[in-house]
Amino acid sequence: MSSPAATARVSGVRTMLARAWSSVSISVLSILLALVAGAFFIIVSQLVEPKGTLNLLRPFDAYRSLFLGAFGGVNAIVETLVQTTPLVLAGLAVAVGFRAGLFNIGASGQVTLGALGSVVVGIALADQPGYIAIPAAVLAGTAVGALYGFIPGFLKAVSGAHEVVTTIMLNSIAGSILAALVSGPLKVPNSPSPVTRDIGNAAFPILIGTDGHLGLLIALVMAFAMWWLLFRTTRGFEIRTVGSNPDAARYAGMRPKLVITWTMTLSGALAGLAGACVALGILHHMQSSFATSIGFDAIAVALLARSNPIAVLPSALLFGAMRAGSNRMQIEARIPPELINVLVGITLLFIIATPAFRVLLRRIGTRPSLVAAPTLPGTAGGTAGPPP
Amino acid sequence: MDIVHLLYGIPVLGWLFQVAGYLIAVIPTSAPIIMRSVPPLALGALCGVMCERSGVVNIGIEGTMLAAAFTGWVVGIAAAAVFGQGTPLLFGFTLPLAIALAAAIVVAVLVSLLHAWLSITVKADQIISGTIINIAALGVTGYLNTIIAATSPTSAGSFTTLTLPKDVTNLPFVGWIFAALFNQGPITLSVLVCVIGLQIWLFRSRWGLRTRAVGEHPKAAETVGIDVIALRYRNVVMAGVFAGLGGAYLSMEAGNSFQANMTAGRGFIALAAMILGRWTPIGAWASALLFALFLTLGQTIKFVPPTGDISVLLTGVPGQFYDALPYLVTIVVLAGVVGRSIPPAADGQPYTREAAT
Amino acid sequence: MRGITKRYPGVVANDGINLTVRPGEIHALLGENGAGKTTLMNILYGLARPDSGEILLDGEPVTIAGPSDAIARGINMVHQHFMLVPVLSVADNILLGEETMANRVFLDRNESRQRIIELGRRFGFEVDPDVKVGSLSVGWQQRVEILKALYRNARILVLDEPTAALTPAETEEIFAVLRRLAAAGHSIIFISHKLYEVLEIADTITVIRRGRVVGERDPRQTNEDDLAELMVGREVQLVVDRGESHPAAVTLTVDGLRVKDDRGSEVVRGVSFEIRAGEILGIAGVAGNGQDELVEAIVGLRRPESGKVVLDGHDATNWSPRSMTAAGLGYVPADRHRFGLVLPFPIADNLVLTTYFRRPFANGVVRNDAAIDRNGDEAVQRFDIRTPSAQVPAGTLSGGNQQKIVVAREFGRDLRLLVLDQPTRGLDVGSIEFIHRQIIAKRDAGVAVLLVSAELDEVLEMSDRIGVMYRGEIVSIVDGRTADKEKVGRLMATGAQLEAAEAAGKVAAA
Repeated sequence: MSSPAATARVSGVRTMLARAWSSVSISVLSILLALVAGAFFIIVSQLVEPKGTLNLLRPFDAYRSLFLGAFGGVNAIVETLVQTTPLVLAGLAVAVGFRAGLFNIGASGQVTLGALGSVVVGIALADQPGYIAIPAAVLAGTAVGALYGFIPGFLKAVSGAHEVVTTIMLNSIAGSILAALVSGPLKVPNSPSPVTRDIGNAAFPILIGTDGHLGLLIALVMAFAMWWLLFRTTRGFEIRTVGSNPDAARYAGMRPKLVITWTMTLSGALAGLAGACVALGILHHMQSSFATSIGFDAIAVALLARSNPIAVLPSALLFGAMRAGSNRMQIEARIPPELINVLVGITLLFIIATPAFRVLLRRIGTRPSLVAAPTLPGTAGGTAGPPP
Repeated sequence: MDIVHLLYGIPVLGWLFQVAGYLIAVIPTSAPIIMRSVPPLALGALCGVMCERSGVVNIGIEGTMLAAAFTGWVVGIAAAAVFGQGTPLLFGFTLPLAIALAAAIVVAVLVSLLHAWLSITVKADQIISGTIINIAALGVTGYLNTIIAATSPTSAGSFTTLTLPKDVTNLPFVGWIFAALFNQGPITLSVLVCVIGLQIWLFRSRWGLRTRAVGEHPKAAETVGIDVIALRYRNVVMAGVFAGLGGAYLSMEAGNSFQANMTAGRGFIALAAMILGRWTPIGAWASALLFALFLTLGQTIKFVPPTGDISVLLTGVPGQFYDALPYLVTIVVLAGVVGRSIPPAADGQPYTREAAT
Repeated sequence: MRGITKRYPGVVANDGINLTVRPGEIHALLGENGAGKTTLMNILYGLARPDSGEILLDGEPVTIAGPSDAIARGINMVHQHFMLVPVLSVADNILLGEETMANRVFLDRNESRQRIIELGRRFGFEVDPDVKVGSLSVGWQQRVEILKALYRNARILVLDEPTAALTPAETEEIFAVLRRLAAAGHSIIFISHKLYEVLEIADTITVIRRGRVVGERDPRQTNEDDLAELMVGREVQLVVDRGESHPAAVTLTVDGLRVKDDRGSEVVRGVSFEIRAGEILGIAGVAGNGQDELVEAIVGLRRPESGKVVLDGHDATNWSPRSMTAAGLGYVPADRHRFGLVLPFPIADNLVLTTYFRRPFANGVVRNDAAIDRNGDEAVQRFDIRTPSAQVPAGTLSGGNQQKIVVAREFGRDLRLLVLDQPTRGLDVGSIEFIHRQIIAKRDAGVAVLLVSAELDEVLEMSDRIGVMYRGEIVSIVDGRTADKEKVGRLMATGAQLEAAEAAGKVAAA
């Protein structure tokens, strides 16, 4: 059965699968190595404790509790999904940015202000029926996030100011804005700590278990929506082209400056939506400090998913599971939840050292990928060339 | 004086003049406060200058300083536990402190080596590499800090400051400059040395010349026989020393302990200072002074309240505004200056050796 | 150098080359672009290693490990594209790598400044060591490069196309310097493609063509005709017979176009020509005479300083690329990796790069993947693109097949004007033949074709009319049927009308 076209098609599929396998295997390897490194940290930190008993099996206890905390029982799974939701949306934000060649490190600030925006509107509409209050609050959060993404995008297009630094600065500014508003005009009078009022009817309805809120659905829908945008629309094609080769984009008639501005805005909108989901789904009000790891976790989610919106789902699930399970890990194995930050950071280090991996694997004798290395967005030399 | 009041009187613009006037007037008294914030910014900027002049973008200065701050604190605790607090010498140097400082610098150098490896050999995107270093440093130091702080450790203390004789600091007009510059601890004093040293090194020494060539036109440097890769590695690793000092300052001179995310964005402000200072050590230092002014404006206003029309404005604004101010200024500087301030031409581009096949 | 052979993937750059240079001799290496001159000198300078052959200095075989080794042995090279750091001063550029030290750490600028001024004087020019190189004219930068070599006590000085960017006056000045250097005992290897210069300055001329030495001459016993024939060869390598052209109405008019390059110098200096529907105008010329900028200005990627571009009667001077495309432009860029393709994207996507927003490839905002894929498969078939499928990333294809993607995309539309810049550079013979046939088919279908190429054979084979571009101007337009290869080759290398040159006795470039 070998018409040249048929064999060509089969080997075409085979090369695509080989590429996908190559990506996934690197991701899996990175996580496993990070877990090993995490185990190392757990063991080392035992030395510091006053009752320093060196228990080499402690990491296994920790990871077991982590896993059970994430997946052991219906409540755990629901909690995992709840933690995953904002990570999906924020991960999408970062991923879409990467596709256009932009580094949105400002997801944290956009999430914060998105949450704040949705709460403000939620409070204003707290007594209205849900089908009015909820969409309005969600829209508000998204809009505020969009604005906060527009600022660095516009600055980059117009002045060339690099979005890495401007978005990080905006993160800190967002914290100050939040603190100022919640301690000031939004504060509930006579309350001991700065908090806002409750959002009443603007809270998300619960869909699963005790905490699984509407945000789950929203996140799922947005993942597919972003995939559709990037790969099935002309706008998405423009985003990807500008991110891969701005010169060719110019010849193709696209306008790179315009594209990066509205892509950053879109990115901010997604992050704002994430914030809205957290506020409307879980918190139901705002406090003056909104310490969240979502911003940096989102970067890890996007990088691990290679900026593919569908892959963001399992990637976010991984990190969401870790965050959800960290509570039980703290109670049972007495490991602080900050360990997850370590795991995230180390996973990222291994991901970026990927090209070195590939060389190493080749020396050991693993079959090299059939086609060019899968592109890590923004990785120099990531544009495909004939296999070295 | 009449001109001044005239300027102050202009309806809206006048406020700007008043604020400027207040800032200028308050500098002598607030100089000590301002100078306290300078070292991390200046040293971070020096690290940036050295890296970028060689052609490597280093966004990871924030994480490097954080790692150094943490290491200084932790190793100090360990050394103090092993060797005892010891007798303080000049500047409060004790054995534990000395060991801690050395360790902080070593760790900063190692982190820089990691960034160098990722940027130069692995040829990963330098901005992603730096960002990941920041995230990893934040995570690791945060976690270890939680563990260690729970044990209520005794730190090795901190460095003490120099005190110039009153005759010098009480000189009219210039006395406060001496006080601000020299009534400081060892790391702060080293900043001046580093700035002047790097300035001379960069523009008058052989290595400085080669560095600048490599950052501008690595191919040209290669054709006269310079090893571009080796030079970049050396410089990035050595730049880590500056970042190490900057981080150590936070936990060993400005204070005596570590808090999570202690650097709070100073590594990025340092980058803006580097850009504003046109990638020169002295320019970076002067810009660091400017940013430090804004960093401490909130404290200054409490310390020396302004008078006149603007006092209501300045004291009425919520405290968080002053927290956000340095970051706002950084953004404004970047947006306004970046087009006009030109980096080394080969900045951020990985270099592939001419194939000597 | 004896029996030097060097192979790169797909091409033999040097094939058994012998070269002998004596002290105090100015030895010219003459040849076209890509003949292998630069490769040979890179080997001498240690930037490349020969696959076989040997290098002898003073009769002793040596291995040159790298540039510092070459410099230590007294071999210095002045590259075609200056290796100078613009923001550093003259003195700093000269010092770089060979710094005079006051002590272990600090440079001794004073001493070096003195030496530089002295050296300059010795060879006839006054140079200010403290001026930033970036602010110097090209001619002066050239002198700085030569000083760099002299400062290092060069015995052998290799100059790669030294007069490429110089005015005639500057060229004379540099020649004076070179003569003094030779008189002082230095050996000079002078790489060039310019016939009259080589005749004027050299003591010996070695002509290289396609990697081989085809002749060695004494300038007193040869002339331009002889050299031109050696350089380009007598026979034209015809791959395709283009047949008759039937030009109709004028499609493209370029009038007095002036364009600046990225550095701000004017590289297109008042170019005018017309192309009719159904004919091919070929622009011959050594790369770097303004062709790329001319093409970019026509297609809309670069703004011209003045002049007009008229397409089908419309003033298209400042039109964007998208407008040009909509008006019927097809463009095959010289740098296909930069402007022509998005390498990580699948072939099918690259094929619709300029039309992705139009029916049938999109309905409003939504892409029509079925149509894009179908188009991809069709194009792969029709243009014989060697690939497992149309979904594979363009970057994995060979150069020839990548170019076929660009050709398939641009040729697949309804065209009025087709602009091709170095369309077959680096391709294998099969791909070249294929693309040439496609171009002729387009011409026969009534498209006006502008073909810019540094490959003289290609221009001669394909063009109905031939224009020669030299230093930013079109110096002559000749009929393709009667064009003489040597004559055109000489025009490319000298830029002057044959008659005017003979009349003047010696050529003065425009």
